[in-house]
Amino acid sequence: MRIYALMVLLLCSLSSFSQICNNTLSGKVIDLHDGTALVGAMIIIAGSEQTVVTDINGNFSIQNLCDQTYAIQISHPYCLTSGHKIKVDGNTVKTFQLEHHLEALNEIVLKGHAQNKKSNTLAQNTLSGEKIEQFSSGSLGDALNSLSGVSSLNTGSTVVKPIINGLHSSRVILVNNGVRMEDQEWGVEHAPNIDINTAENITVLKGASAIQYGGDAIAGVIVTAPEKIFIKDSLYGKTLLSASSNGRGSTLTSKLTKSDDNGWFGTVQGTIKRYGDFEAPDYVLSNTGTFERNASVRIGFNKFNYGIEGYYSFYKNEIGILTASHIGGAEDQVRAINSTVPLVLKDFTYAITYPKQDITHHLARIKAFKKFNGFGKVNLQYDFQQNQRLEFDIRVGDDSDTPSLDLVLKTHTLLIDIDSNLSENLSLKSGIMARYQDNFADPSTGVRRLIPDYEKYDIGVYGISTVQLQDNWLLEAGARFDYTYMDVFKFYRTSFWESRNYAALFPEIVVEEYDNQLLTNPQYNFFNASGTVGSTYSFNDKLKFFFNYSLASRVPNPSELFSEGLHHSASRIELGDLSFKSEIANKATLTLQKEGTVFGFSIQPFINNIHNFIVIEPTKVEQTIRGNFQVWEYRQTNAQLLGVDIDATYALSPHFNFNHQFSLVKGYDRQGDSALISMPPVNTTNEITYENPKANNLKLALQSTYAFRQNEYPNTNFEVYIAQSESFELVDVSTPPDAYHLLNFRSSIDVPITKKSNLSVGFNVTNLLNTRYRNYLNSLRYYADDLGRNFLFNLKFNY
Amino acid sequence: MKTIKTLSLAVVAALSFASCSDDDDSPELVNEEEVITTMTVTLTPTDGSETITLQSRDLDGDGSDAPVITVTGNLVTGTTYNGAIVLLNETESPAEDITEEVEEESDEHQFFYTISSGLDVTTEYGNNDSDGNPLGTEFILTAGAASAGTITFTLRHEPTKPNDGIESAGGETDILVSFDVSVE
Repeated sequence: MRIYALMVLLLCSLSSFSQICNNTLSGKVIDLHDGTALVGAMIIIAGSEQTVVTDINGNFSIQNLCDQTYAIQISHPYCLTSGHKIKVDGNTVKTFQLEHHLEALNEIVLKGHAQNKKSNTLAQNTLSGEKIEQFSSGSLGDALNSLSGVSSLNTGSTVVKPIINGLHSSRVILVNNGVRMEDQEWGVEHAPNIDINTAENITVLKGASAIQYGGDAIAGVIVTAPEKIFIKDSLYGKTLLSASSNGRGSTLTSKLTKSDDNGWFGTVQGTIKRYGDFEAPDYVLSNTGTFERNASVRIGFNKFNYGIEGYYSFYKNEIGILTASHIGGAEDQVRAINSTVPLVLKDFTYAITYPKQDITHHLARIKAFKKFNGFGKVNLQYDFQQNQRLEFDIRVGDDSDTPSLDLVLKTHTLLIDIDSNLSENLSLKSGIMARYQDNFADPSTGVRRLIPDYEKYDIGVYGISTVQLQDNWLLEAGARFDYTYMDVFKFYRTSFWESRNYAALFPEIVVEEYDNQLLTNPQYNFFNASGTVGSTYSFNDKLKFFFNYSLASRVPNPSELFSEGLHHSASRIELGDLSFKSEIANKATLTLQKEGTVFGFSIQPFINNIHNFIVIEPTKVEQTIRGNFQVWEYRQTNAQLLGVDIDATYALSPHFNFNHQFSLVKGYDRQGDSALISMPPVNTTNEITYENPKANNLKLALQSTYAFRQNEYPNTNFEVYIAQSESFELVDVSTPPDAYHLLNFRSSIDVPITKKSNLSVGFNVTNLLNTRYRNYLNSLRYYADDLGRNFLFNLKFNY
Repeated sequence: MKTIKTLSLAVVAALSFASCSDDDDSPELVNEEEVITTMTVTLTPTDGSETITLQSRDLDGDGSDAPVITVTGNLVTGTTYNGAIVLLNETESPAEDITEEVEEESDEHQFFYTISSGLDVTTEYGNNDSDGNPLGTEFILTAGAASAGTITFTLRHEPTKPNDGIESAGGETDILVSFDVSVE
């Protein structure tokens, strides 16, 4: 090494002798971020004594240089010192860029947050990391339920789907770590495949504003964001352990992050959850256990001007479905509804038997960005998802261990975004998205496919512009266009095909005829436009007014188009319609928001008019050899949803706080002039909290939630003949359950361990009074009570 | 520049991955194996008179066509019949005999016979499961005085066994068919 250095020195000196050294290197030193001249930057030429300092315009000039390569070091009080190699060939001019404002880096990060806002004209509801940790053992749906305007649709204790302002499933876009989740959530019993512990914060937008993710968010968008990793040398992590009495299980989640000041970082994370049968106040809810295993890895390299990041996550969840909910027809339904206890009662067990779901979701993503001076930031992302859903029913004979549903959904998405500041007050974000999706329904289940095989292609382009009209007045407008092509292979039963008059309407799509089935090849082209316009006006620092209008268009999903047959888990015959058009929603939201240390509130009324709204509702009873089944048919109508979400906080004293939430939503079928089915009832949550940062950050909270009875519902009851009693009995599937009130308690305290690590201990009780209740939006409400009291113990270790 | 190169490579790899997905021909037809399309109850009189057949046949399974129910004749007063139930899946060809599966898992199944109050008919189990509890794919039916009404056959999956009849048996209904019959 030393010899090599000597050689170089020798060569250099030799060449300096052999050349005329009267060249000048001149140029400028500027700020990397905004191009401003840097005054007083020091430039040192290695190997010579020459040192120059830039003038008031950032210019410098160095004389008497030879035709050779020089090593130059540039330093500035507020910049990272950088080294360069410059080849001098005659008089040379060169501009150097330095990363300025080292001391102001935090300021830049803050600005970054502002740019990352999902919408500028919709008030955001965000769940903080701390709040998410409280739900570490629960699901995404449970956690979001704590926000006003978000409720949940349950199929049991662990299958929880978020409902935003009355709408759910494919009307809610879920963006997990920058990737739009494609997890077959077209059925009510398909919960999002997200490990809540991977999110640093979760934002809910009750509108289609985040059109960069898609134009079909009729209900809204849920964005989970990963932790921000700073460019500095550190190693940190946290481990959370949560144990609960109800379900007699625990959750362990752990995360470790390593970052380096050269830009590299990496995070590994894992979660394991194991619960046995959950319990209602009076009995065990048989076969409601869950076993979830997740892991994720994130590796990246970040510089101010460019960066690249890879992410992979694995999610696997096995979920038991309440045994008592597995019924065979209307007669069983009468028995179940009339029985005060579930029809199947067994002792507690961790075993998960049939019926159950077994879900595996792989997600891989690679993204990169590069900033171009005077142009903006270009983001490129590719992601791949593979979701396998197995649903095991109770089956007889050789098939008893074969799933009844085996779907594999593969999705590839490519995104290119450009963020540019056109002027100081005008910014434009635009992008293009291409997606390919392939669904494969395995025929070896021996059960006719619930969701057919299909291929789907999407292309979307969008642009969102933000204009700062005045310091306190901001305007945002965006538009998006999506094209979707679907190529489907679907078997129909000939009897259904004919009864629907499809033989006359769609003769051209029949590919082949079998004994009593037809193979068809429906192909669809959808051209959808969507957009958003909004404005934010700040009356002062505290008081803000938001207005947002959004237009969203959603392509009907495969279950809505193609369902025909018995959906075993719902014990009903479901029928779709081949002729459905896109749903088009016009939603307007107003928000008045006051932030304050003593009193703060937000009032958020909305109206959502949905043209071609697809609703599934009972239409008739069909006789089969298994008895009578309710038939649920999808149909399109015009719907209107109205509502208001209210949040308020009031500081009673420096330690005591009062929080209030109220949500109301009314859904109407404007064509049929009736109430819409499955609308969340009015609910309110009131909470008193005590916080004392001096007493080891002691936190205590008592929470009361009250759900009113849903008084507006369509009556879809029907009668069925019962042979035993020789009478017709009413099957009451529509009357909502009574109102209920629950009390919850929460507490936590921090225990410092070492300088760099601390332990947080929490103790919570949900349903403190062990109240018996049934929730209108829980599809298991016919069969069993909801969860009883649960003692929850949390340990969080930060290191 | 290196980053961009790596990135473009990744994109190319991704696209080629996408384009070579398993794009096979048309999907495979599924004929459901557990569907019961047809239940045939054969009532063979012990005195050698005419055999009566009760049948419910639903060739499209749980489809839009309702089952076709046929009863070939009337029961004769004072006659005892040997009843046998055969369950078929006729969506497959040749038809699959589901009775065999029910009998294989006899401890998880039981047939129940519900006679309407106006009909003077009594029934008795004719076969048992592996634990010695009633199964009921075979039974004995005795017709009493002249009368008319319905006989309902219910097959329950995983009922409580033993039980005191359908009211307390629980389980899930696999089959439920009523036949209008007369005793003459």
